[in-house]
Amino acid sequence: MEEKLTLFKNRKRFGIEKNIDIIFKNTALVLSSFVAIILLGIILVVFFQSFESFSRYGLKFLVTSEWNPVKDEYGAFTAIYGTLVTSFLSLLITIPLGVGTAIFITEDFVPKVVREIIGSFVELLAAIPSVVLGLWAIFVMEPFFRAFFVFLHNFFGWIPLFSTEPTGRNSLLAILILVVMLLPIVTSIARDSLNQVPKKLRNAAYGIGASRWKTIFSVILPAALSGIMAGVLLALGRAMGETMAVTMIIGNSNAFSWSILSPGYTISSMLANQFGEADGSQVSSLFYAAFVLMILSLVVNIFAQWLVKKFSLKY
Amino acid sequence: MIKTNKKTPKNIILSLENVSISYGTFEAVRNVFCNFKKGDITSLIGPSGCGKSTVLRSLNRMNDLIPNCSLKGTVLFDGTNIYDKRVDPVEVRRRIGMVFQQPNPFPKSIYENIAFGARINGFVGDMDELVESSLRKAALWDECKDKLNDSGYSLSGGQQQRLCIARTIAIEPEIILMDEPCSALDPISTLKIEETMHELKKNYTIIIVTHNMQQALRVSDMTAFFNAIEYEDGDGGKVGYLAEVNTTKKIFNSPKEKTTQEYISGKFG
Amino acid sequence: MNSLYYQKRLSRNIGDTFFTSLSVICALIAILPLIFLVTYILIKGGSQITPELFTLEPNPPGDDLDAGGINPALIGTLIITTIASIIAIPVGVGGGIYLAEYSKGGAFSRFIRFGVNVLAGVPSIIAGVFIYALIVSTKILFGSMYSGLAGGMALSILMLPTVIKTTDEGLKLVPNELRYASLGVGASMYTTILKVTLPSAIRSIATGVVLGIARAAGETAPLIFTALFSYYYITGFGDLFYEMGSLAVLIYNFALEPYDAQNKLAWAASFILVLSILSVNIFSRILAAFTEKTKRV
Ligand SMILES: Nc1ncnc2c1ncn2[C@@H]1O[C@H](COP(=O)(O)OP(=O)(O)O)[C@@H](O)[C@H]1O
Ligand SMILES: [Mg+2]
Repeated sequence: MEEKLTLFKNRKRFGIEKNIDIIFKNTALVLSSFVAIILLGIILVVFFQSFESFSRYGLKFLVTSEWNPVKDEYGAFTAIYGTLVTSFLSLLITIPLGVGTAIFITEDFVPKVVREIIGSFVELLAAIPSVVLGLWAIFVMEPFFRAFFVFLHNFFGWIPLFSTEPTGRNSLLAILILVVMLLPIVTSIARDSLNQVPKKLRNAAYGIGASRWKTIFSVILPAALSGIMAGVLLALGRAMGETMAVTMIIGNSNAFSWSILSPGYTISSMLANQFGEADGSQVSSLFYAAFVLMILSLVVNIFAQWLVKKFSLKY
Repeated sequence: MIKTNKKTPKNIILSLENVSISYGTFEAVRNVFCNFKKGDITSLIGPSGCGKSTVLRSLNRMNDLIPNCSLKGTVLFDGTNIYDKRVDPVEVRRRIGMVFQQPNPFPKSIYENIAFGARINGFVGDMDELVESSLRKAALWDECKDKLNDSGYSLSGGQQQRLCIARTIAIEPEIILMDEPCSALDPISTLKIEETMHELKKNYTIIIVTHNMQQALRVSDMTAFFNAIEYEDGDGGKVGYLAEVNTTKKIFNSPKEKTTQEYISGKFG
Repeated sequence: MNSLYYQKRLSRNIGDTFFTSLSVICALIAILPLIFLVTYILIKGGSQITPELFTLEPNPPGDDLDAGGINPALIGTLIITTIASIIAIPVGVGGGIYLAEYSKGGAFSRFIRFGVNVLAGVPSIIAGVFIYALIVSTKILFGSMYSGLAGGMALSILMLPTVIKTTDEGLKLVPNELRYASLGVGASMYTTILKVTLPSAIRSIATGVVLGIARAAGETAPLIFTALFSYYYITGFGDLFYEMGSLAVLIYNFALEPYDAQNKLAWAASFILVLSILSVNIFSRILAAFTEKTKRV
């Protein structure tokens, strides 16, 4: 109480200071609202720009794969399929690898120093720009995997996912480069969640004779699950929105194919590829595609945040 | 194969022979010799920081979980040095269970908290029956028989601790180690847990760390008094040692050591 | 056999060995390619570095002999990230101050914090699309379309959430006693913030902001149709209103060229970009570790 009283007197004494205080506070308030304004602005602008295309095609846009500026016909199915298939498959590979690595660096298999070095190294990799990863993918990864892709097609060609002859850049390469990008995210979030599991739970399990992996599977992983899930969702959002590396390696073809051994498209690579040169109703269709991408990543992101909120109060 | 030490009488279930335990370069306890009798409750008492928990954890190799904690000497259990390279610590912990200072139920239902340990120990009998009997032995059955599917965390602190005891009993260990199991609890819960211990004494050997001397007096047959002193060769830090071990009566009525006398009369601690 | 002894063939021990090996394999699969990637970029890119690289303009693709240098792109990256910082830092720090110091967990601040997280998750290309629609296609900046200024604005959208978050979190770590001490002697709120709270959090805020800038410097997607690309030297202030090159877009454009000379230029630019980003990251990590240590003592 006394503190407030002193403050109060001062305010009365210096009218200017009181005004500065109010101005300062309101400026900060306005600046913090910028986030909301920008977010709302993005949603509104993208929505209104896509309006023309939206009113022309409606939801049919999402399920047709014609993309023909000459005939002025647009449908984003190829790109939407590409976005979903690359992000989900890359996540499918990343989750076990990332969580496995996270377990490796949270258990005591190797000395702490080694674990910390591995941990910070993985985190550093998250800082490498995706355009550089794309460059690497073009010149190193693609030649490296060429023979393997031929093998995949020869032996598993009966599966629709591998049904086309591999020719240079394709969706599977995009998936693999996405794995490289997502690994640091999943690994470091999984590691943090595992580290946050209270020690006493591990003690409890060991104290009644559980083995190391019994403890990990039955006690530690379940307790860390919500955190790991949130990390996975964040990674999913990243995968869906990732542009450069994917654009450089996916082959950018709108010809639809179920196969990931054929060139493909994602929404973001289509935007990167066509936005600069588009005109007429193509622009509006691109905005429509951008709107779809934004909704997808918003949903994933909001779900991730909800998950974090819901489960963070457990202990 | 290590033969049973000839000097060890038959009813000794666990014995420490010249045990010293260090954390990195810091030696926490030094040269402990101590025998624990089968079917007894033994209290470990002493000022805080003298290494009671350290010694207790060494009895079922929980210290393995602490990086750079190392032990010299032997801990004989059932004729085997449990620090022998060939020994599987998981096996040791199945036969020597532990209850910790802070109640630490799993984030699972009450029922699952007990069934989990039993299951990993290969229990094939009637699980419902085991859960009930374990909860009864831990004096918790009446309080939670109607909410076995509630989370273990829905219980009060004292109940959680009794759940942890029940969980340990359910794996039917030969020895139960307890590290200040009542320090986080209110007096009524404490009394309940002491009753539980009296009950358990029939079937188990119990070794309990306590800072409460009344509790040691109430529950234990034997008492080991640990103390810490500065050694001249040390780096200034205090090193724990076992000052005196005897029947609880003798320790409290006619201790041999002067420090024991001073400690139990409350001069330090 | 002593029952306490370790038995390999026990199913739990087989399981444990199996899963331990599995996690080692995961770690190897995860880490080896990453190590390979970094060394490859550093060696391949590093071998292309020459003094002319830093001074020349790039030659338009076509003649496979001499690709020239990356001077405009290097300067462009510096300019565009500076513009982004000039926008994002004041707005972000101001917003972070409001969240941490004024709003004590009300609905508004919860909404803004939520918005910050959502904005952080918006795909970077969407930021480009947004600025394209708002600035480039409307020619609102004195009639210019693609420009370094527009590129900087797009990047600032990506930096903003990072800056707000680090400010907010940095300020929240400042103990309340410090605030009470200042308020208690009759200081007003803004003096308390500017003279007491902000200075004591400045280190962690600065670290976060610098990392955010480093990340922005490598962003490409928001620039490809806002700043576009340019082959020519940046000579004056007026160039802000025209197409502007950047290392990131140079890598993108030249990686896709069929000519070896341009590809090499892309590697060289990658080397410079990766080396600077990694050094900033490593340096700030060391600094953070060092600060922790001194704090503990
Ligand atoms: N995990 C640990 N790492 C390092 N030192 C420890 C650790 N646990 C305990 N110690 C040290 O060992 C000594 C004995 O501790 P402890 O066994 O917990 O004592 P008590 O249980 O008698 O209070 C103390 O000096 C303590 O600081
Ligand atoms: Mg203790």
